[in-house]
Amino acid sequence: MQVIIFIVQQTMYFSIPLLIVALGAMFAERSGIINIAMEGIMIMGAFTGILFLNLTGNSMSGQLQLIIAIIISVVTGMVFSLFHAYASINMKADQTISGTALNMFAPAFAIFVARVIQGVQQVQFTNTFRTDVPVLKDIPVLGPMFFQGAYITTYLGIIILIVSTVVLYRTRFGLRLRSCGENPHAADAAGINVYKMQYAGTLISGALAGLGGLVFVVPTSVNFNADVAGYGFLAIAVLIFGQWHPIKIFGASLFFGVMKAISASYSGIPFLAGLGIPSYFYKMFPYIVTLVVLIFTSKNSQAPKAEGKPFDKGQR
Amino acid sequence: MAEKKSAKPKKSKVGLLSSIFAVVIGLLVGFIILLICNPAQAVPGFLTILTGSFTHGMRGVGQIFYYATPIILTGLSVGFAFKTGLFNIGAPGQFMVGSLGAVAIGIACEGLGPVHWLIALLGGMAMGAVWGAVPGILKAHFNVNEVISSIMMNYIGMYMTNWTVKSSTVLFNTLRNESKNVAVTANLPKAGLDVLFPGSSVNSGFIIAVVAVILIWVLLYKTKLGYELQACGFNRFASKYAGINEKRNIMMAMVIAGALSGLAGAIVMLAGSGSHITVKDVIASEGFTGIAVALLGLSHPFGVLFAGMFIAYLTAGGFYLQLFQFSTEIIDIIVAVIIYFSAFALFVKLLIDKLSKKKEISKEGGEK
Repeated sequence: MQVIIFIVQQTMYFSIPLLIVALGAMFAERSGIINIAMEGIMIMGAFTGILFLNLTGNSMSGQLQLIIAIIISVVTGMVFSLFHAYASINMKADQTISGTALNMFAPAFAIFVARVIQGVQQVQFTNTFRTDVPVLKDIPVLGPMFFQGAYITTYLGIIILIVSTVVLYRTRFGLRLRSCGENPHAADAAGINVYKMQYAGTLISGALAGLGGLVFVVPTSVNFNADVAGYGFLAIAVLIFGQWHPIKIFGASLFFGVMKAISASYSGIPFLAGLGIPSYFYKMFPYIVTLVVLIFTSKNSQAPKAEGKPFDKGQR
Repeated sequence: MAEKKSAKPKKSKVGLLSSIFAVVIGLLVGFIILLICNPAQAVPGFLTILTGSFTHGMRGVGQIFYYATPIILTGLSVGFAFKTGLFNIGAPGQFMVGSLGAVAIGIACEGLGPVHWLIALLGGMAMGAVWGAVPGILKAHFNVNEVISSIMMNYIGMYMTNWTVKSSTVLFNTLRNESKNVAVTANLPKAGLDVLFPGSSVNSGFIIAVVAVILIWVLLYKTKLGYELQACGFNRFASKYAGINEKRNIMMAMVIAGALSGLAGAIVMLAGSGSHITVKDVIASEGFTGIAVALLGLSHPFGVLFAGMFIAYLTAGGFYLQLFQFSTEIIDIIVAVIIYFSAFALFVKLLIDKLSKKKEISKEGGEK
């Protein structure tokens, strides 16, 4: 039982950031903008959030500190994603190029600033954010699994999933956003401001990526070293694996999360340690599966039809 | 006639100008960041970036060539793929498996004598080619977006390289958590470059890179295959109807691109200057720098050569920055800003149009 609880908790630490960031990428792509800069935005968001945790130390209660850090990360992500939005929407630049530039910029910037501020590139923080949820923590099995020693970020991830699904499929904004990704010219003819929608999509992706960076680092580490272990790229894989649909994205991120959790902790699990499969296999497996899934889904992909193409009002 | 020319600048001219524009802005941003961090040291620090590599004699110059070698090749790999309409973001993975191939042959196949290094180089190229072929095949036959499959291949390549090195007693140096030294016979010949640039790590790898640049140029612009590859890049379906085997060409393009990145990895490992495969879950940065080099060099082989030299020049200068308490990451920041603004080609074009229009108006005014 202990083992299962442990695995479930580990899975959450890996799945939730993937879920949040992949949902972010979904909003950008559904509006027609490919945001390959998720990795860079995650790094920037994690950097400012963790830096705040580092600077404020133990001066306030853990939960309040975490909430402020979350807000800082979200704002950072939005500001940083503005660069991508400006290049791809106003300048009609190649979206992969601008994304690549942001991905290159973020780690260099985080290391440079960390060195200037504190001399070393690792930003330390004290983890005081685990909490028990009153009442719910006493439920047998589920209590220790989800409500004891948990992070509020886990619940935040689930809330974001529900809100995203509702927004995308049950609101006027969602419908307009999706129409911009499928056929921006038709959307434009229907009186929708495509540029505004694409800005909204990119900014949401930035906000969620910034948040995802923080959510990834806090439970899995005690310092931040300008690196989110390729989770931004992995989230894009999750997005495609989940075929641009929020619920399927949730499933995909759970799958990747389980694999990551196993590769990180399989030696402590008697059943898996007995199999003698090296941890590298579990590390590689999600990527190989994604490749195989791509083969079967790419012929009739659910990708937004106009993604990656700069919208030019006068084109048609 | 001359006026007509200035009003409609050639495409290559716009590209060149937008590259220069991007470089200027990138350096400017770098200078401003230095200024904010430490105003007193900003000017000497910035001058060090610009001139640092020349202040250490021929050794410094040799180091530029040494740093430039791998990024010219990965840049060539990415640029070549761009020319054929593909985005080879898989260069880092191809680079890593290329180094694995070279190191494995370099350590395990002793006794090959004077051709040992050549076999090891070819081994690295072959590994890179295989890694490039996978996204190529998936793209050609299953319509899989090569960007996504290349990203997957990057991680698979990284884990596979680390796994192979770590689990092999022949290759793994347990004390230092990296691959062992390759055999002396597997080190690339110095080709007299060590005499020309005493004390630097430059070797025949640079010559190989230049040869590769020329070969790719010939392939792209002087052969039928190159013409077909580029045609597929412009329009896959039009090429198909024109009788070009577009599937074969897409695969061919990715195989060549992969081989170039693999060659880059092999050259780094066989340089005999203390490079090893470190068992760390980090994607090789030379591959991503290759994307920057390709974009800056406008994907043209000779442009890539110059862009690679330029970024290596900045990197070499950046090393001396530590004298002024600045960390070398400022170079990455500058390069990132350069890439960002190189995407603004449209903006530069509009700017040029505006300027040339103004010129015309003022000329007309003068005539009156």
